[in-house]
Amino acid sequence: MASITLENLTKSYGDTEVLHHVHGQIEDGEFIVVVGPSGCGKSTLLRMIAGLETITGGQVHIGDRVVNDLEPAQRDIAMVFQNYALYPHMTVRENMAYGLKIRKFSKAEIEARVREAAEILEIGDYLDRKPRQLSGGQRQRVAMGRAIVRHPKVFLFDEPLSNLDAKLRVQMRLEIRKLQKRLGVTSIYVTHDQVEAMTLGDRLMVLNKGYVEQFGSPIELYSRPASVFVAGFIGSPAMNFLPAHAEGGRLTLENGAVIASTTAASGPVTLGIRPEHLVADSQGPIRLAVDVLEQLGANTLVHGVLAGTRTDLTASLEGVRDIPGGQELAFSAPPEALHVFDRATGQRVGD
Amino acid sequence: MLKRVHFPPGILPYLLVAPQVAITLVFFIWPAAQAIYQSFLLEDAFGLSTEFVWFENFVALAEDPIYLGSFGRTIVFSAAVAALSMSFALVLAGFADRVARAATTYRTLLIWPYAVAPVLAGALWVFMFNPTLGILPYFLEFMGIEWNHYLNGNQAMLLVIMAAAWKQVAYNFLFYLAAMQAIPRSVIEAAAIDGAGPFRRFADIIFPLISPTTFFLLVINVTYAFFDTFGIIHAITQGGPANATTILVYKVFNDGFVGLDLGGSAAQSVVLMILVIGLTVVQFRYIEKRVQY
Repeated sequence: MASITLENLTKSYGDTEVLHHVHGQIEDGEFIVVVGPSGCGKSTLLRMIAGLETITGGQVHIGDRVVNDLEPAQRDIAMVFQNYALYPHMTVRENMAYGLKIRKFSKAEIEARVREAAEILEIGDYLDRKPRQLSGGQRQRVAMGRAIVRHPKVFLFDEPLSNLDAKLRVQMRLEIRKLQKRLGVTSIYVTHDQVEAMTLGDRLMVLNKGYVEQFGSPIELYSRPASVFVAGFIGSPAMNFLPAHAEGGRLTLENGAVIASTTAASGPVTLGIRPEHLVADSQGPIRLAVDVLEQLGANTLVHGVLAGTRTDLTASLEGVRDIPGGQELAFSAPPEALHVFDRATGQRVGD
Repeated sequence: MLKRVHFPPGILPYLLVAPQVAITLVFFIWPAAQAIYQSFLLEDAFGLSTEFVWFENFVALAEDPIYLGSFGRTIVFSAAVAALSMSFALVLAGFADRVARAATTYRTLLIWPYAVAPVLAGALWVFMFNPTLGILPYFLEFMGIEWNHYLNGNQAMLLVIMAAAWKQVAYNFLFYLAAMQAIPRSVIEAAAIDGAGPFRRFADIIFPLISPTTFFLLVINVTYAFFDTFGIIHAITQGGPANATTILVYKVFNDGFVGLDLGGSAAQSVVLMILVIGLTVVQFRYIEKRVQY
């Protein structure tokens, strides 16, 4: 068990800096999800913490030690890889025992720990099989088993579920969460899937092009996104972004509609409204010209444009709706559901 | 199922394979048949009289202590060449696999010996180890070792083993490197996180995972040492001193073209033919299936 501190962490390949001054304090037992699009540097960050990539600048603390110059083996971490990285020539038992064998645990202790892990993960029946005789989900469990037998201070997960089918992914996601809560081991989990991120993490670190956009709880990120990037990345369906002009708390849209708000910003801004926060209101200022519908059963997504403009706009209505294309719908949005971002920098402003 | 007939049946397919069949017949099947036929004959040195003697040549071989000695030397030679070249290649590949910078340069340089003709490779080693002119005997003398492979049979054997192994290192290196690079990085990284140092990783993970390649190379190297080392031996020792480096393939040449015992030489080459067929069978039966893990 340990806390992790990332201090001004940077990573460069030659002259190209791919991670820029990452800061973060991770408490003991916390489950942190690092999320971002492909190429944002999230795997690199994880591998730096693991010791598989060198650290260009800054420090990584695990517990009260600076681990920058320690080998991966000395950092007391365990990692679950995307392709599981099981040793193909060893049985499940040998795979899980390997790390303990190297650390010279007694035979009885190894057997006890493997049994315990196998029981937790329900893989006791496969202990004498080779990885190639297992399904994807079972291999995933073995990979986790190999991580937990060592009782490490930190678990690192590098997109561990992305090779599984959708149904299994949802199931394993829940199991990882339960397992982590049960063992209480500080964990860092990397994914590009925002749903996975929202459901798993105590806190989320959103990375974009090597910068930390925001680091906070899922609800914080959802209700107060710090930037246009976070706002668009977190939440499904994605947030609507409308160009607007702010003055004296009033937001004027492209088509001249005026929305009352509490913002203190002024000048050109980007207004963000989540589809689920648009309230059908025949007197409302936001008019949506309907294009297509997406029926999800519990609700209906109405896709179209802001009337009189070419700006995309999506609303989520409850239940099954049947709205002909071309019709205009009117909506209003409560002031607390409006997110105002600076047009130029994309940063949240005005509150 | 694939559609079997894309061309109308007729003479064309036969014409297309005819050149290959002709080459095989003229250069492989015919000489092999000749050798088998010849091995049953007893012929005088001038080819004037020929007698069909059935298996007499083979019986003579089995009773010939020089031939049996040559058999033993061939086994020592092959085992040593295979072991030396493979272990050296394994070490080189292990290091090359870890290098990030200039890897292509190392690879290219390490492949060069394979392009050297056997006789030239032999000449190279002869010069280096020439007892009077060579640079290495000069240094060996400081260490109190008197080097003269013209007189010392063990030294001669050592020299041809080194030369033959040196030439094969490049080939083995390429296969080992390719096999190592085919191992997923993450497996090696997982072992590193599990606490295995570089040597442990090599012994526990890399070496077992490249065992199919090791087995393949073992067969290839033994075959090479048995049959493809004539040029090196001819250039370095001519089988001497006192037959100390006369391996089977060299003895075939020596008895047939120098000693002009055509029947006996043919019988020896038939024995070699059976050996190579045996090795090929092993290769196909087991390597195609790969080593299971």
